[in-house]
Amino acid sequence: MSSTLKPLHFKPLNGVRIVVWSAFALVLLVMPLAAQSSFALTLLCLTGIAAMACMSYNMLLGQAGMLSFGHAVYTGLGSFVAIHAMNKIGGGWWLPMWLIPLVGGFAGLAFGALLGFVTTRKAGTPFSMITLGVGELVFAAALMFPEFFGGEAGINSNRTGGAGWFKDLGLTFGPQIQVYYLIAIYLFVCTGAMYAFTQTPLGRIANAVRDNAERAEFVGYDTRWVRYLIVMVSSFFAGVAGGLTAINVEAATADLLHGVRSGGYLLFTFLGGVGFFFGPIIGAVLLVFALVVLSEFTKAWQLYVGIIFLIMVVFAPGGFSALIMLNLRRVKYGEWRKMRWPYAGMFVTGLIALWGFAAVVEMAYQVQVAAGSGSALTVARIPLDSANAASWALAVAVLIVGGIAFEVSRRKFRRVWNAGEERIAEAIKKAEAAIV
Amino acid sequence: MEFFTISLLNGVSYGLLLFMLSAGLTLIFSMMGVLNFAHASFYMLGAYLAFQVSEWTNFWVAFLVAPVLVAILGGLFERVVLRKTHKFGHVAELLVTFGLSFVILELVQLIWGRTPVDYKVPAALEGSLFNLYSSSFPVYRAFMMLVAFGMLGSLFLILKKTRIGLVIQAALTHPETTEALGHNVPQVFALVFAGGCALAALAGVIGGNAFITEPGMAQAVGAIIFVVVVVGGMGSLAGALIASLVIGVGQTFAVGLDWSFIGGLQSLGIEVTPETFGYPVWKLKISQVAPILPYLLLVVMLVVRPKGIMGTRDE
Repeated sequence: MSSTLKPLHFKPLNGVRIVVWSAFALVLLVMPLAAQSSFALTLLCLTGIAAMACMSYNMLLGQAGMLSFGHAVYTGLGSFVAIHAMNKIGGGWWLPMWLIPLVGGFAGLAFGALLGFVTTRKAGTPFSMITLGVGELVFAAALMFPEFFGGEAGINSNRTGGAGWFKDLGLTFGPQIQVYYLIAIYLFVCTGAMYAFTQTPLGRIANAVRDNAERAEFVGYDTRWVRYLIVMVSSFFAGVAGGLTAINVEAATADLLHGVRSGGYLLFTFLGGVGFFFGPIIGAVLLVFALVVLSEFTKAWQLYVGIIFLIMVVFAPGGFSALIMLNLRRVKYGEWRKMRWPYAGMFVTGLIALWGFAAVVEMAYQVQVAAGSGSALTVARIPLDSANAASWALAVAVLIVGGIAFEVSRRKFRRVWNAGEERIAEAIKKAEAAIV
Repeated sequence: MEFFTISLLNGVSYGLLLFMLSAGLTLIFSMMGVLNFAHASFYMLGAYLAFQVSEWTNFWVAFLVAPVLVAILGGLFERVVLRKTHKFGHVAELLVTFGLSFVILELVQLIWGRTPVDYKVPAALEGSLFNLYSSSFPVYRAFMMLVAFGMLGSLFLILKKTRIGLVIQAALTHPETTEALGHNVPQVFALVFAGGCALAALAGVIGGNAFITEPGMAQAVGAIIFVVVVVGGMGSLAGALIASLVIGVGQTFAVGLDWSFIGGLQSLGIEVTPETFGYPVWKLKISQVAPILPYLLLVVMLVVRPKGIMGTRDE
């Protein structure tokens, strides 16, 4: 530290931020140009909405340490209110269609205020249990009131209705590309707002409540009130995501509110990484990938996702974004070179073990679920037959050999990794000492 | 009278089953601070293993073997996975059990398929115990109550009267001191976790054939046992018992009643028509509301008394 302390000035716009946010805007802008097919565009729309939902979820989990099992309540109710508003527009209400996500947002906010009052009575583990209960309550209630929720069939709408200045310019939301840019603009603005929120006093106090609620209470903050406010803000952005869903699919069904969806937000937000602001965006990409692409490849995709999740919680609790940052740090300190062979070893043995595991799982599924379609299947282009003992023996043998090899290379990797961590810690200490 | 007695008996047996489930959850929670999200999955695993073992041998072998198998699996999970996440705090522990519930569900579907399995009540326990007017009370329901009471009694005796129970109670409140006295507290934790899983599995063994053994069974009770634990008061066994019975009896009665607000208002002389404000709410029958009653109880309890029936901590 230098002997004279410079006064701190609030400078929200610095070089790094301008670069990062411009790059983000640019990516959002040019993504559809890279997407050649309408399917790719659909994926982009889903990813944008999922990114919004996961970031609003991370406001709870990452920022305030509140593990919610009922986030889909707010995205789902936002969708339902938005879809009703869309139908009203079709019926002659004066409201431009591009404001529908805000309608969803305010619906989310209202339900956050109502339900959050109950859920935030408790913190920590009881909070999680209560959100699960409230989520079940809302889902069951949705089936009880077919007048509003449309029962099993749900409610349909049309996004091309309504009037407004934009409408005259050709912005009808008929083509998917217009919907994409609507999502992109909302995503950019809301991401900016959510990032700005992390820098506000309330956002900072949420961190304090997460890290040590007792101290925050002693300093004079009402932790329950902080939790309540955070739930409301998070529900607002969740509702915006719900409103975008309503525009994107032009329908809302009760399974938007289901606990499975809430669990999905939790799972993928965590996989993306709760410790970094941009982590949930990685999570959203993974979510859409798993839900749309992986589920095409294999019926057992949830098993793979669940196991990856378990492994990540135990070995990399920071998620993928933390893994990326840790490796970037290695590069910065010139340590990455030493990691190349351990990484390669783990990658190759991991692939072998994964193939063995996937072969066992896929054959079991073939026997159990898809028995009608014969016993032949391929796993990574290698033909197998679930009725043939030799196939099973091969798969199990590969799994065991690959598993042992992976464990050996994992231990080697851990030794090299930990040694590198120590050297980096040493280097940081030296650098700090040099400043003083 | 007939409706009342039969509903009460059915409700108590369902409530006791809920208690068997929530007792293990409460024990694990109050001891390790870990909310085992996969608790209901161990219940499901108990039912499926009991089905499998009773296919190979008979129900009585399954009755003894399935809980032991699940206890071993639970203990292994605690040893190999859960213990590693302990240093990351309670959120990581909750997440890891959440992930486990996913994996167990998928594995069950992988091994036993997605449709319900034919797990039947043993022939010796079929039939009705007694008839009341036109309704009958099945023998198996009485057997369930007997098992639940037996478990309740042995749990009480183990915790209060044995040496290991004493150590468990000590480790509950003062883990450091207990450790300093030479007891292996992590091992006690593993034991409690395994024991809690065994209780859930026992509930699965006797509940799986009374209700239905299918992949959705864990999700069906999972949220309700969380409600039981919160309403009863976090970490209180007595509270969990009261809450289980209230929910079990309440839900069983509600399913059988088709009263609605319209009926009540009409007897007060107020006419309700489809044009009246809030008609969708007034026309609901109690039997339709039954599935959400536990959650309504949760909401009311949190507003009125956030620490639960027997809870001591008001956080």
